[in-house]
This record gives sequence, C-alpha cells and structure tokens, in this order.
Amino acid sequence: MKNLMYLKNVVTLQVDKNKCTGCGMCMDVCPHKVFKINSKHVVIQNRDACMECGACSLNCPVNAISVNSGVGCVNAVINAMLGRNNGECCGGPDTDNKATESKGGCCC
Amino acid sequence: MNKFEFPIIKEHVNCGCNVMTAISENIIPRLNQAFVRGFVNTPAGRLPRISSELVWQDHWGSIRARWGVGRTDYKIDPGLYALGNPDNNSSVFVSANYKMSFDHLRSALKGRSGWILVLDTKGINVWCAAGKGTFGTKELLRRIESSDLKKIISHNRLILPQLGAPGVAAHKIKQISGFNVHYGPIRAKDLPDYLDAGFKATEQMRIKTFPLQERAVLIPIELVEAMKAYLLLAIIFLIVSGISGPAGFWTNTATFGLFAAMALFCAIIGGAVLNPLLLPFLPGRAFSIKGFSIGIVIAMVLLYLRNMNMSGWPERIESMAWLLIISSISGYLAMNFTGCSTYTSLSGVKREIRWALPLEIACGAVGLVLWISAVIIA
Repeated sequence: MKNLMYLKNVVTLQVDKNKCTGCGMCMDVCPHKVFKINSKHVVIQNRDACMECGACSLNCPVNAISVNSGVGCVNAVINAMLGRNNGECCGGPDTDNKATESKGGCCC
Repeated sequence: MNKFEFPIIKEHVNCGCNVMTAISENIIPRLNQAFVRGFVNTPAGRLPRISSELVWQDHWGSIRARWGVGRTDYKIDPGLYALGNPDNNSSVFVSANYKMSFDHLRSALKGRSGWILVLDTKGINVWCAAGKGTFGTKELLRRIESSDLKKIISHNRLILPQLGAPGVAAHKIKQISGFNVHYGPIRAKDLPDYLDAGFKATEQMRIKTFPLQERAVLIPIELVEAMKAYLLLAIIFLIVSGISGPAGFWTNTATFGLFAAMALFCAIIGGAVLNPLLLPFLPGRAFSIKGFSIGIVIAMVLLYLRNMNMSGWPERIESMAWLLIISSISGYLAMNFTGCSTYTSLSGVKREIRWALPLEIACGAVGLVLWISAVIIA
C-alpha cells in the first residue's frame, strides 16, 4: 500500500544541525522515517510525512529538534480555537486536577 | 478514581518536592482483578501473575470498548505484574493501564516470561496517552519507584513501545533513575522478533502504517458517536417536514421526512464508515475533501434512486439542499477522523479546520434553509 500523506508544507519540524551529535535517537523514535543520517548529523528527508508527535524532540538529548507537537483531535483543536477547555479531549491533560478532564466525542 | 494513585499524588502535591523523594510506599496492583492468575512472591511483595493467553472475557471487553461500552473505564491497576515465571534477569515491558493495550502486549509474549510495568494513563492507550503526557517521563519515574522495581531486577533495561516516545524522554529516565529506556517495535506482535534479535528493531518495525484492518476497527466508535447526533437531527427533520409541508403531518413526513432521515443516515455512513475504509483511495489530502467527495456521490445516488421529477423548482431546490447537507456532514465526520489517523499533524489539522469547518457549517446551514424552503413551497 502506498504511504498515506497529509497536507504539504505545514509541518513545524526543525533540526539544529549545529547542536545535533548524530546519535540517531530521533531515527529510532520517529514512526514515519522522517530523518536520515548525513555523515555527522541527521537531516530531514521527508518533512511532509512528519505528524508532529514530538517523540524526536522530547528524546533528543541535546535539544536539537523543535516541533510544535500537540493533540491533533478535531474536538481538541476546535476547543482550543474557541478558548475552551485548554484544548483537551479524552484522557485529560497531565495534571492531577480531575476537574480539567473532559468528556464526550473522543479521538483515540 | 483509583485508590492506588493517591498516596503518590498527595505527597507530591503537598511537599512540592522532587518526584523521586516523594514516594514513600510500595504500590501493588490488586490480586483480585479478573485477568490475574495467582501471584508471585518478590522482594517487593506479592505481585499479581498474569498469562499471555487471552480468554473470552478479554476479547469481549475489547469488543465492548470498540463500541464505546464502558470504554472510558476499561482500565487496570497500574503497577508491576509478573508474566509467566520471571526472574531478576527478565525483561521489563512498560505499558498503559488501558486494558486493551495491556492485553495486546501480554498476548504478543506467548511462551515468554517478563515483568510488565503498567503506568497510570487514566485508561488511555499508549500513543494517545504519550501525546497527552500521561504516558510520560514523570509517571514512569514515579512508577519505577512505587513498584520497587530495583529490588526485583538485577539489570537496568526497560522496554517501552516506540509509540510511547512522544511522552517519555529516555535520557531523562537514565539521568534520574539510572534505567536505560529501549524503544521496542511499534506493534506488539513484533516484540518476539525484536527480543530474539537482541533488542534490535528493523526499519519495518519502526514505521507506523494504517492498514485496512486498523482503520476498520475504529469504525464502531465513530459510528456510535455520530449516531447520537443523528437521532436528534432525524427527529428534528421529521417534525419540521411534518409541520411545514403542503399536506397533513403524516403525509408530509412520509414525503419529505423519511427521505431526510434516510439521507442523514447515509451521510453518516459516508463519513464514519466509508471514509475510514476507503481512506487511501479517496481524492485529496485533506480529510474534509475525502468526506465531501463521498458525500456528493452518496447524494447523487440517493437522488437518482428517489427518481424525482426535476422539472419543478421545489424538487430542484430540495435536491440541491441534499447535495449540500450530505456532503457537509460526511465532510465533517471525515475531518473528525484525522484524530484517529496515524499520520496527520497538528499543524495540518489546524490548517484544515480553518477553511473546512466554516465551509461545512455554511454548506449545512444553506442546505437546511433550502430544504425547509423546498418543503414549504412544495
């Protein structure tokens, strides 16, 4: 099956090649083979395949990767646009405050 | 609400200090959970023993969750479980406390022993929980401490699902707890090969695909959610057609209302069933475009089957109304499916919503006005 691709030229992923040490951790955690190693550091080989999950950025030991990651559920995004509910959907945010958990139409 | 979670959280909140020093007691999952098969004695106490064989209750639970029955409460106690007969050299697998995630993991490890460290993700699967941070660095550190893992094993290797990586910073786990995080394959079924290869994942194991079967299992929950809105909408359309039409209430509902109920139903099937099934073959990259396309085809087929006389304006207006309403509903539901898909980015979803949502609302509203007008002037 061909690889499914979403919208072109929207992804916010950036690699700072001056910081990158080429450890390859991002290549391990990326679920869409966005990176490849280029002699000493990684480069983005398939930007449009990135789903902005944020795994690479969080697991980069030298903080060389930046990406605006977040919950991509439509309900969450609409809520965020309307300034409701901190833009959360199912499961609630990473807080211990039960009151911020929301219910209803869910994504996952 | 889980009674096992309070001691940690209370301490953490009260003292506001480092998570690692806040933990004071060892928290063991209950032994009386339905899937537990006895216990093993460890330096950290009696831990529940589980099997890799799923029984009918496990399958039935999955089916129910897929259909949205008890789905938000389909969870198990977080903490450490023993799979088979593990010893201090056995691998530790980290999972979420969504029962289906846990079942996927243990059933993939047939004939093997190991420890399963279940994080409290509030009953959400690994990937979604990682995205929200509940399958996260903090929770993993807490759980390593509260399960007394260090007393039980003699190595420092944790195997996490690759899809847990959006929530867990491996280097921080190493730095704070000393444990080495190994990201295993995306799919639990690849775990045996990964283990046999000496904790090495092939490229194929690291790529998330979205095959037909994975898309299909998501349909029930989409359908159940959409049906709630459908019932309300269908009733409104039936009543409006009854009181606005040219003849008596029941004649009107038979002429306009029943078709409306059917058209709305087909629109939902288009967005919630056909869109996931046909996803790779539908035109456009934006999900709304895929949904609009399905909606237009469905509307054409329905109008053709209805065999209307298109010479009069009421019929023409009503047909136009259905093209707009069906495609907007199908488009909206398809757009909603971006959240279930495995390859859409947040930036992309935001961009799509910005133009597609107003369009869907406008089409739906114009369609509704046209339909009411058509019924009134008929």
